[in-house]
Amino acid sequence: MNITKSCIISAALLASSALAGLPALAQGAQRVDVLHWWTSGGEASALNVLKQNLNGEGVAWQDVPVAGGGGEQAMTVLRARVTSGNPPTASQMLGFDIQDWAEQGVLADLNAIAAKENWDKNIPAALQQFSKYKGTWVAAPVNLHSTNWIWINKKVFDDLGLKPPQNWDEFIAALDKVKASGKTALAHGGQPWQDATIFDSVVIATGGPEFYKKALIDLDPQALGSDTMKKVFERMTQLRKYVDNNFSGRDWNLASAMVIRGDAAVQIMGDWAKGEFVNAGKKPGTDFICTRFPGTQGVVTFNTDQFAMFKVGADRQGAQQKMAMAIEDPGFQSSFNVVKGSAPARTDVSDAAFDDCGKKAIADVKDAVAKGTLLGSLAHGHAARAAVKNAMYDVVTAVFNGDYAPDQGVKELVTAVAGAKQ
Amino acid sequence: MAVAAIPSHTTSIEPARTSRGIEDWLPRLVLAPSFAALILFVYGFILFTLYLSTTSSTLLPVFDFIGFGAYSRLFSIPNWTIALKNLAIFGSLYIVLCTAMGLFLAILIDQKIRGEGLLRPIFLYPMALSFIVTGTAWKWFLDPGIGLEQTMHSLGWTSFTFNWIKDSQMAIYTIVIAAVWQSSGFVMAMFLAGLRGIDSEIMKAAQIDGASTVQTYRRIVIPQLRPAFLSAFVVLAHLAIKSFDLIIAMTNGGPGRATEMPSTFMYSYTFTRNQMNVGAASAVIMLIMISSIIVPYLYAELRGEKK
Amino acid sequence: MTAHVSTISEDRSATSSRAPARALLYLVLIAFALYYLLPLFIMIVNSVKPLAEIQGGNMLSLPAETTFEPWRKAWNEAQIGVEATGLAPYFLNSILMVVPAVAISTILGALNGYVLTKYRFPGHKIVFGLMLFACFIPFQIVLIPMARILGMLGIAGTIYGLILVHVVYGLGFTTLYFRNYYEAFPTELVRAAQVDGASFFKIFYRILLPSSGPIIVVTVIWQFTNVWNDFLFGASFSGPTAMPITVALNNLVNSSTGVKEYNVHFAGALLAALPTLIVYIVAGRFFVRGLMSGAVKG
Repeated sequence: MNITKSCIISAALLASSALAGLPALAQGAQRVDVLHWWTSGGEASALNVLKQNLNGEGVAWQDVPVAGGGGEQAMTVLRARVTSGNPPTASQMLGFDIQDWAEQGVLADLNAIAAKENWDKNIPAALQQFSKYKGTWVAAPVNLHSTNWIWINKKVFDDLGLKPPQNWDEFIAALDKVKASGKTALAHGGQPWQDATIFDSVVIATGGPEFYKKALIDLDPQALGSDTMKKVFERMTQLRKYVDNNFSGRDWNLASAMVIRGDAAVQIMGDWAKGEFVNAGKKPGTDFICTRFPGTQGVVTFNTDQFAMFKVGADRQGAQQKMAMAIEDPGFQSSFNVVKGSAPARTDVSDAAFDDCGKKAIADVKDAVAKGTLLGSLAHGHAARAAVKNAMYDVVTAVFNGDYAPDQGVKELVTAVAGAKQ
Repeated sequence: MAVAAIPSHTTSIEPARTSRGIEDWLPRLVLAPSFAALILFVYGFILFTLYLSTTSSTLLPVFDFIGFGAYSRLFSIPNWTIALKNLAIFGSLYIVLCTAMGLFLAILIDQKIRGEGLLRPIFLYPMALSFIVTGTAWKWFLDPGIGLEQTMHSLGWTSFTFNWIKDSQMAIYTIVIAAVWQSSGFVMAMFLAGLRGIDSEIMKAAQIDGASTVQTYRRIVIPQLRPAFLSAFVVLAHLAIKSFDLIIAMTNGGPGRATEMPSTFMYSYTFTRNQMNVGAASAVIMLIMISSIIVPYLYAELRGEKK
Repeated sequence: MTAHVSTISEDRSATSSRAPARALLYLVLIAFALYYLLPLFIMIVNSVKPLAEIQGGNMLSLPAETTFEPWRKAWNEAQIGVEATGLAPYFLNSILMVVPAVAISTILGALNGYVLTKYRFPGHKIVFGLMLFACFIPFQIVLIPMARILGMLGIAGTIYGLILVHVVYGLGFTTLYFRNYYEAFPTELVRAAQVDGASFFKIFYRILLPSSGPIIVVTVIWQFTNVWNDFLFGASFSGPTAMPITVALNNLVNSSTGVKEYNVHFAGALLAALPTLIVYIVAGRFFVRGLMSGAVKG
């Protein structure tokens, strides 16, 4: 009879799964559970370097990968784990989320290691804002991405006699020329975070770093409702004309592929796009050009990948500390970021191993730190908290897609931000 | 099965009474764990969610009480209105189309078709696939750049356009197409089973009386399928609410927020936007809407059952 | 096949006037069959093409060059996390989760259905109604409170936690199916056995269960599909040792960098779907028979 058979089978399976479950539970050896969403390509192999390093120090790595949506699914899993009393040792986390979690009192205190390894001196203050909560180190930054880049297919530009644009008007002129030649001028993926990435840069190009800070970081309603913001939205609407018809919902790396292939001329994207070009065998300077978004030179809008460390039992703290140290190790910082396309989180790492774009990135960061223009990116969770960020996403996307006219967009922006500020 | 002739007075003698006592409680005892589990894990959680909607919870639950502000905030969010509208469109189209197609196909297959053994699994198998698989396959198929439109172009029909999935107004209908594809076969199986249970004598009698095929179906067959309609409705309504996975896989709420549904809204406000109280409020509203449709229906069906 | 097959057109003798109607009938059915088969065809066909062919060609064309490399990659080599392990390790996790969950929820559903129909205690309809309504709860509501409870029980992150969750949320449906089925089962047989002195469980085991074959099949298929294909619970409540294949598939398909190897994605999706497909195709025959036997009867 089906029932009896399945009873026997499930009993046997229960028994064997009980046995299978034992090794993981009985681990007394040092182990880190790491939640992240780097599940493919270069990112995964770069993270694997960290895993190997830790294995070399006698720490086992229990991988908890959850892909999707730039961490959306991973954050859900994180909540479930923390609520169930079984937090991971470390979790990849973006910007303000770290602050939100720290407020819940579930993050570990890393001050001892930070002091030993000199983090306060070598990690830019703007980053520390996110890695520290009320003066205590709670997270280890892995890198410093910047988002105000554009990526240009050199051949397309050369064929049209174009040079990398230095300001807005030159940018529009160049896009016009590309469009007239029949190619797609702007390769873009119509997802809210990508629209917002463009928004970051247009805000700086239109109002300068001071305006950016006032509107997107301080969330000043005057700034958000100002004519400058209206101009920003007008420019967003203007850029919309240069994308192809299929842009909606496209993944960012597919947009990069358009530029790599030469079907499109320009992509506005953070420095992780470099990885796509490099993997396709393209060389900076010869096949593609990396340059700052026209009008944002001298400013770096950044986001970081950090591993937030959770409060764990005493038996796991040793491994956790080793992981934190390994992340900030200059050797690892160099090898990881060369692959990832970002700049190291530490400013005292040599740029010898980086390619031209990487060297430029590192130099730009040093410059911005000195001038105080290292600003957190709104689009990537380093300017405003999740609720506000997402509320702004909604408006920016609606403007870009033509659902709101610029002046209505401005009004909606003010309302949305006010509504999302709790 | 041999039934020994037992004098009826045996059942009322003492020994039987105690065993009847146990027999009285044992069934309830057996049912109790399931019932208790559901009370806790379903109704308890619903109450918990209701409570959360009155708190100031953001990232994780906070156990205070601040009133019903989350609800007024909820209804001032444009995405919520979009989500409700989409649910109405999607839900009604999904249930109606699945039922109609399922019934239609069941009637067709019931016409003594050769090859039923082949056709039925073909109609049924989409149900076996997870929403992630379905969503990915349809997303590809509907994408103008690499799917149907591009195929038509490469076959020479260059003026063909089918970019609904990228169009804010039409995207929700692509979700309907994929969802109907997935579930209508299952509904067909339910109706087919129901049809096969109908007494053919009644049908023949009707025909002898001169009723046309259509009339026979309308007056006799379809009313007899009432239990099948109930089960189909339960299953479809359940799936319509669970349509979270499919939407995430196909459009992730896009383009923009055009395919936002209450389920994706609730998820994003609770888990991504760190506004758990608003997310909880949206869940409560969702449940109220669900109840207002399902509870009356269930009540009518269960009450109308023959004892 | 029972004798109740409705045969509206059977007795009509005018075969000549039926022929075009029959042809149309088959045509319509075939058209629908194509609609249903199309996505599967696309997935299969494109899972054996080399990547260059997918990017260059159109999705409906048969492969110019057939390769099973994508399948091998999806199984063994694809990047799921930090290491490129493919889907293989997670397959077993899913099996370990699904089999007990299906077995337990089916047994409980059968017992519940038995109680609700043969022992009509006062309020049994309300109880059934409450249990039925539980089918509709959106799972996102469940995540946080369930995480807390699993943590308190000490089974968070293990397969046991997943099994518990799936059993609980499958109870509504399994009870529905069995209750409807047993409703149609002649109560006199049960009464007679009671008069005979048979106990509660004996009646269940000896009388009801042997005739329950069809509905057991329906329930097992439904539960197997739902539990195997679940993503949300699998992602939230599993630990590294319990991660089911749907979560691994999501990692494979939704990764955000690098070239999208569509062929590997499709191969992976098909691999993940194989068990349920097999169950449906093999047991599909019994499925309709099972539904016929009472799942849909009031």
